[in-house]
Amino acid sequence: MTAAPTADNGTPPLEFFLSQLLTGLASASALFLVACGLTIIFGVTRIVNFAHGSFYMLGAYIAYSAITALGGGFFGFWGGVILAALAAGLIGVAMEMTILRRIYHAPELFQLLATFGVVLIVQDVALYLWGPEDLLGPRAPGLTGAVAMGSQRIPEYDIFLILFAPLVLGVLWLLFHRTRFGILVRAATQDRQMVAALGVNQKWLLTGVFFLGAALAGLGGAIQLPKGNAGLTMDLGIIAEVFVVTVVGGMGSILGAYLAALLIALIRVFAVANAGSSLLGIQLWQVELVLIFAVMAVVLVVRPWGLLGKRETLTGHHGAVEPPLLAAPAALKWFALAVLALLVALPGMAGTYSLVIATEILIFALFAASLHFLMGVGGVISFGHAAYFGLGAYGAALMVKHFAWPMEAALFAAPLGGALGALIFGWFCVRLSGVYLAMLTLAFAQIAWAVAFQWIDVTGGDNGILGIWPSSWAATTPAFYGLVLVVVIVMLLAIRRIAFSPFGYALRAGRDSPLRADAIGIDVRRMRWFAFTLAGLFAGVAGGLFAFLKGSVSPDLMGIPLSVDALVMVLLGGVQTLAGPLVGAVTFTALKTELVSLTNYWRLLLGLVIVGLVIAFPQGIAGFVRDRFMAKETRA
Amino acid sequence: MMLVVEGISAYYGRAHILADVGLSVARGEVLALLGRNGAGKSTTLKSIIGLVPPAAGSVRFEEREIASRPSYEIARLGLGYVPEERRIFSELTVLENLEVGRQKPRPGVPEWTPERLFAIFPNLAEMRNRPGGQMSGGEQQMLTIARTLMGNPSLVLLDEPSEGLAPKIVEQMAETLKALKQEGLTLILSEQNLHFARLVADRATIIEKGRIRFTGTMAELMADDDARTAYLTV
Ligand SMILES: Nc1ncnc2c1ncn2[C@@H]1O[C@H](COP(=O)(O)OP(=O)(O)OP(=O)(O)O)[C@@H](O)[C@H]1O
Ligand SMILES: [Mg+2]
Repeated sequence: MTAAPTADNGTPPLEFFLSQLLTGLASASALFLVACGLTIIFGVTRIVNFAHGSFYMLGAYIAYSAITALGGGFFGFWGGVILAALAAGLIGVAMEMTILRRIYHAPELFQLLATFGVVLIVQDVALYLWGPEDLLGPRAPGLTGAVAMGSQRIPEYDIFLILFAPLVLGVLWLLFHRTRFGILVRAATQDRQMVAALGVNQKWLLTGVFFLGAALAGLGGAIQLPKGNAGLTMDLGIIAEVFVVTVVGGMGSILGAYLAALLIALIRVFAVANAGSSLLGIQLWQVELVLIFAVMAVVLVVRPWGLLGKRETLTGHHGAVEPPLLAAPAALKWFALAVLALLVALPGMAGTYSLVIATEILIFALFAASLHFLMGVGGVISFGHAAYFGLGAYGAALMVKHFAWPMEAALFAAPLGGALGALIFGWFCVRLSGVYLAMLTLAFAQIAWAVAFQWIDVTGGDNGILGIWPSSWAATTPAFYGLVLVVVIVMLLAIRRIAFSPFGYALRAGRDSPLRADAIGIDVRRMRWFAFTLAGLFAGVAGGLFAFLKGSVSPDLMGIPLSVDALVMVLLGGVQTLAGPLVGAVTFTALKTELVSLTNYWRLLLGLVIVGLVIAFPQGIAGFVRDRFMAKETRA
Repeated sequence: MMLVVEGISAYYGRAHILADVGLSVARGEVLALLGRNGAGKSTTLKSIIGLVPPAAGSVRFEEREIASRPSYEIARLGLGYVPEERRIFSELTVLENLEVGRQKPRPGVPEWTPERLFAIFPNLAEMRNRPGGQMSGGEQQMLTIARTLMGNPSLVLLDEPSEGLAPKIVEQMAETLKALKQEGLTLILSEQNLHFARLVADRATIIEKGRIRFTGTMAELMADDDARTAYLTV
């Protein structure tokens, strides 16, 4: 987060503005490098690499260590920067060869998940290697001074950064137009199959592209080091902005990425230049993130494939075709009743700790079920479903804190919060599809997160809101468990009811063949919007319950990790049955609780588990079971 | 025989498209694979080049079994493939498109350079730096063929090279293919257009609903009215 400088009285506004502009342009450089790596990788592999922020972070850390090891100085510094880029590239190659090669044909959601697994792994590896404290970046020898511009002083290193991005752009242009590798990459970006039919071994092309993309991200991390630190939050910190830049620029377009990075720099300048003004008690610089995402939303609505992107022509591997949703067979219903009986009897059998875990699992089951409703029934992939969970939680918590509502009333504010957020964000989201949709949902979740994080007066900022306790009748663990059990079961039954209602059938018709559904008079977009809102509502209920379970809310409830948790739960359980998310929530929450209690490096283990699952079941566990089942059928 | 396909079957998902398809072509020969819309011509060619790997059967190219190899390996053995949808790289210039197709020279087969290709396809010579996306359909079709030739293939599979071309360009295309035959290339072309096939092919194989119905010389086919009316749109 940039600090908030105010235009001090002596400075002429234009000079101040110019110096801000240069600062903004300088900060755009690293962003451009990372985004252009992501866009190159996506262009050829069609994989949205979540771990791209991790390469950026590793670039910074490795540069730090390399510069220190080389003893600084001119050669030490620049040598370290280059080493860091190369090392990040090689790490990218390792990731491509060990993980991605196995899942190029998996549905894109699984690919995203696998790369998120890598994010978790890298986080813990970095924690282990470099420790939890931020490391202060060394300054660039020879560029430590500043150039006077009127009364303002522009750091030399900023000028270097401003020039560096177009330089890289030029080098990349030469690479892509003057070398065989570059020409093959451009060809493969358009039609990989044809490139193979012309005798090109794509395996190495893909690996080469990954090296290039990862090295660019590493370079981005390394060159921003003199401007800041190497720290453990760099990865997810930059990834949302990088998504914005690539999506606004147009997936696969390097020049687009550059323009979008500049655009974002300008927005930032605008926000900082107007730092004095405020809106609703939030200072403008605080809403910088919101502004950035708002611009992205507008660009995407006007040009759904970004400034310089191509209309997405690739269809067919956006996800496995789901078989029809089946009503549960009788045996399963008996089983469900048995589980229910067990759940009802649980408070008599389990201790307080287990009961708290069970309460949490129930809440996550509802959360996962709401996401499943959106994905499995509605066919809309959300990568930011935690937004609605968090909005529900904040909805309840704000009522308690600011209006002293009792729990019973506040719990009604939760679904409203979730549904309202989903209503607004959903309007944009249902206009897109594929990766753009996934990235937009994620970006919206980041907006919600940013608002919670930055609107300190209302939301308490980073600390969140404390003291959200249940009413006295529900204050004991068993009583609260009972409340959650009842609410969750009612909500799950409601979701089930909707899934099998005419609306649910129409929704699925729209999911399976939007064109045909349109032709028979179903307004698919409208229905998806409605489904999005409903999913937000149910997620909001879960969030409200969660707030009272924990007694507090914090921006983490809207964070990327929680969104991903929900996805893992849904995918673990399988998308085509309504029981899937419940099974997934139980398995995942139990697993995570166990891992967290076992070791400090639980992220590493969780990441390995996610990656392992995706590699072992590239079509999802449900798809795996289905394939096995089908294989048996044909054999018989 | 240079290429022998025996008993291949192919699927798209669970849909069974090819059943027990077999064909063969001798060195220097031009074989027409004829059939109506949806008969399975494209799928047969894609199975040979490995884009739709056959589920059963064998494909032998110059005595080598290639049935389950990745398509880049098959292409590198000297088997060229010209797709039906003119999949040129629209962002790339003519010269860059040719560069993508370039492979090492192969002993015993004609060696192509952009300049030699421009002699055969004079239109392309005039637009060597134009992006593929800004060319007419006929020019794009020429470019796809030229691009495949850059791999110095000994056998070329052409999927409906005459499709969607103006009559005049169709004749030009026939001349071009004859010229390639003169160079010593072996060709298999899939066609619905019997008239075009007659201009260039020595032998014909007819496919219908994924099964082979007729194999013989062009003259035999022209003499067999029943086969023509049963399996081809005349
Ligand atoms: N990608 C695909 N997925 C599913 N079915 C396909 C696919 N491509 C082709 N088919 C089906 O396979 C059958 C054979 O198609 P193919 O393209 O081989 O026919 P063709 O003889 O080349 O026809 P045309 O003359 O129209 O090009 C058709 O019934 C077609 O609908
Ligand atoms: Mg065809």
